[in-house]
Amino acid sequence: MTALVEGRTGEWEVVIGLEVHAQVVSQAKLFSGAPTAFGAEPNSQVSLIDAAMPGMLPVINEECVRQAVRTGLGLNAKINRHSVFDRKNYFYPDLPQGYQISQYKQPIVGEGTVTVDLPDGEARDVGIERLHLEQDAGKSVHDRDPRNSLIDLNRAGVALMEIVSKPDLRSADEAGAYLTKLRAILRYLGTCDGNMEQGSMRADVNVSVRRPGEPLGTRCEMKNVNSIRFVKQAIEYEARRQIEIIEDGGSIAQETRLFDPDRGETRPMRAKEEAHDYRYFPDPDLLPLELSEAFVDELRAALPELPDVKKARFMVDYGLSAYDANVLVAERETAAFFEAVVAGGRDPKTAANWVISNLFGSLNREDKTIAESPVSAEQLGGLLDLLADKTISGRIAKDVFDEMFKTGKDSAEIVEEKGLKQITDTGAIETVIEQIIADNPKQADQYRSGNTKVAGWFTGQAMRATQGKANPQLVNEILKDKLG
Amino acid sequence: MAELTDLTIAGARDELAKGAISAADLTAAHIAAVDAASDLNAFILTTPDSAAAAAAASDARRARGEVGPLDGIPVAIKDLFCTEGIQTTAASHILEGFKPTYESSVTARLWDAGAVMLGKANLDEFAMGSSNMTSHFGPVKNPWGRSSGRDLVPGGSSGGSAAAVAARAAMGATGTDTGGSIRQPAAFCGIVGTKPTYGRCSRWGVVAFASSLDHPGPLTRTVRDAAIMLGVMAGHDPKDSTSANVPVPDFEAALTGDVRGLKIGIPAEYRMDGMSPEIEGLWSQGADWLRQAGAEIVEVSLPLTKYALPCYYIVAPAEASSNLARYDGVRYGLRVPGEDLTDTYERTRAEGFGEEVQRRVLIGTYVLSAGYYDAYYLKAQKVRTRILEDFRAAFERCDALLTPTSPYPAFGIGEKMDDPIAMYLNDVFTVPASMAGLPAISVPAGLSGDGLPLGLQVISRAFDEETMFRIADVVEGAAGFDTRPR
Repeated sequence: MTALVEGRTGEWEVVIGLEVHAQVVSQAKLFSGAPTAFGAEPNSQVSLIDAAMPGMLPVINEECVRQAVRTGLGLNAKINRHSVFDRKNYFYPDLPQGYQISQYKQPIVGEGTVTVDLPDGEARDVGIERLHLEQDAGKSVHDRDPRNSLIDLNRAGVALMEIVSKPDLRSADEAGAYLTKLRAILRYLGTCDGNMEQGSMRADVNVSVRRPGEPLGTRCEMKNVNSIRFVKQAIEYEARRQIEIIEDGGSIAQETRLFDPDRGETRPMRAKEEAHDYRYFPDPDLLPLELSEAFVDELRAALPELPDVKKARFMVDYGLSAYDANVLVAERETAAFFEAVVAGGRDPKTAANWVISNLFGSLNREDKTIAESPVSAEQLGGLLDLLADKTISGRIAKDVFDEMFKTGKDSAEIVEEKGLKQITDTGAIETVIEQIIADNPKQADQYRSGNTKVAGWFTGQAMRATQGKANPQLVNEILKDKLG
Repeated sequence: MAELTDLTIAGARDELAKGAISAADLTAAHIAAVDAASDLNAFILTTPDSAAAAAAASDARRARGEVGPLDGIPVAIKDLFCTEGIQTTAASHILEGFKPTYESSVTARLWDAGAVMLGKANLDEFAMGSSNMTSHFGPVKNPWGRSSGRDLVPGGSSGGSAAAVAARAAMGATGTDTGGSIRQPAAFCGIVGTKPTYGRCSRWGVVAFASSLDHPGPLTRTVRDAAIMLGVMAGHDPKDSTSANVPVPDFEAALTGDVRGLKIGIPAEYRMDGMSPEIEGLWSQGADWLRQAGAEIVEVSLPLTKYALPCYYIVAPAEASSNLARYDGVRYGLRVPGEDLTDTYERTRAEGFGEEVQRRVLIGTYVLSAGYYDAYYLKAQKVRTRILEDFRAAFERCDALLTPTSPYPAFGIGEKMDDPIAMYLNDVFTVPASMAGLPAISVPAGLSGDGLPLGLQVISRAFDEETMFRIADVVEGAAGFDTRPR
């Protein structure tokens, strides 16, 4: 699928590559023992190493290495058993060392693939160029003091994975789908929490345009875009901007731009004369990172089931549609919830419907996540059991569910309290129906003279008379019998 | 008490053990000697009060029967080692007044072993120099200059350490050797300077010059003292990723005096054009001593020797340019406010760093720049690998190498300052072992025509300091170097 953009002078192809900075989930920073909690007091999570005191030396945090390898495996990527940390040199107050420790020529993870699920139901493979480990910088605060900038080093030295895609994406929607899928994989792996609003996942967006079939155009890079929606907006705006420039006879200057979410536009961030020469060279304080085959194999063996495999399994084992399976596996917690509901042999399709339509609907309305759901998987399972053994009808079940969602009570308790148990006593239903027929001779005659449409009216009357508790199947059978 | 300062570490250890002397008296004698030698400017900071207290504590420990291997031994600490709560400057204006909140791993090991700190020894600024002329706190004088009647450099960068030990103002001192900064000043001052294998001594808490080349090590008056002191300073440190996780042997036990059957290599390429006859004579003399002691002398070749120095002056400044980026006036040390951020950086670093440091930062920045990286830095690293292979090949034919330490004896203060290249040539014999990370020691072996000390260097295989010490001990014994600065 290639989405082309219509310009004034014809069609254009948009070429997009993303560099995602994903904060590694770990207790400590990449090269120091300082903690990494979000939202702590400024400068409360800073070690001597993070502050670059004289004589301090970095020591690699093994857990961060494991997380990077796990992620590489989750991206179906080549794990480089030999990789090198380099120094990227530049001066900035929130970069205490005067260099960022990163990986330049020999990253820990090489080429891989992410299968992206597109909105139209198609799936497409997007290439991963590489993944490397690097240190985050601190934060400069310019608006607290009229004369000085303040520095918070809490984030300085926190481990980031930079995940670079190939320029395989062709539209804002594809880029959005890629980020969604990447985030799901990271969350499944537990290697990044994917919280873009907290900055633990940010994207640098590279955009260029070309005529279909022509070589790549000059690209512009939008730095640090921090939501999927903004990434899509930035691409739309930037593609349009570039097309207009070229169509007006101009050319694109390769530059770094900033996306301004308030105005929905991109603008140049850095003047050319300030372009950095980072003087990368291997960090002499660190030995090359050598991973044994056993180390990688052990991590591989312990990987959780990832979205693609889970989706396939849901389709085969539970007979779900691709759409339902996709929705359920998008988040690890959702998939786990669904599997807890079907545990014990409950009907998977019914369970999927309830989770997707009723539960998600209610959660969305109240802006809650699945982890915050007032109805547990066991409770929803209990409701489905009542439905399956005909204790309650489908209509009643919806009411019971709403009550469960409101109160957090078990379905059985609600059914008991409110007397919602389905009436399956034939005698009781016969009595009700006989009464209705007796009260409505005109409608009964209509039915008997061949107008079977009034049958539905009778069913409705019977259900109303029993407050919906009568088993609808029994009602229909008895009606047929009595009116026949 | 004058004779207390003539004791070696080994000698003092024995006297302390016998109860013949106290740590308090030993330290008091050295505090007095430090004062008496103040004209040398060997110390940036002296710490007599804490030294006296530490000595008293040592005596108390000894009374309880808890004695460390260096208990009560007063030493000087090169002011490149961070010392908790005590100013650490790297002899630079940019760090003047800086008091670390932490103790370097090497000095922590010394204090754990009972050693007593007399003060922070002067050095070339950020250890960049071979004369101790680049210190912000003024040059150090070589105690050998007193008798010759002219002011001589002690060598560098560990010039203050070497001068203090030679002047009997400290029993030993820590130094760091990046291209010769322990061995060359030891040779100039007539003492023993030991650069162990890279990774043997932790760099944690040592102000960095060039990370892949910085080697902490001891300066002492005898080889035995060097073995004792290195034994305490060495050891794996998980806080330094380049620290070697290997056991530390009993170096002193290696001093058997027996070099029979050992093969000593004489590298042909160290015989340089214009080498003074007295250096060459001493070198052959050293070989003769070892031959007479039963070692076999073999000619070996280290073809890449001549490239070691130029490569060193690419790699070391490159690393330094990055290591010194942290001195930006933002968090500690000197800050010279400017009109904006860039101006503040520029003023701070222009005022904070001396000329030689600025020169090396600029060289380093240049060789790492886009377009020059491959031609300079990358090429130098490739040559470095080849130098290592050279040594490996040589060590297939011999157990250790014998060379001069320096092409000439101590020179006058102020000489060679107008010609950085001539100054860099000081390191021509010491740099190859630095580039290869091999253990090397300088032993005082004789006097020049002017009556100034000359050193011989023994280089051994990586982590084979024992063979290095054994040979050095024999050279020391044969040389019988007992002259001292007057």
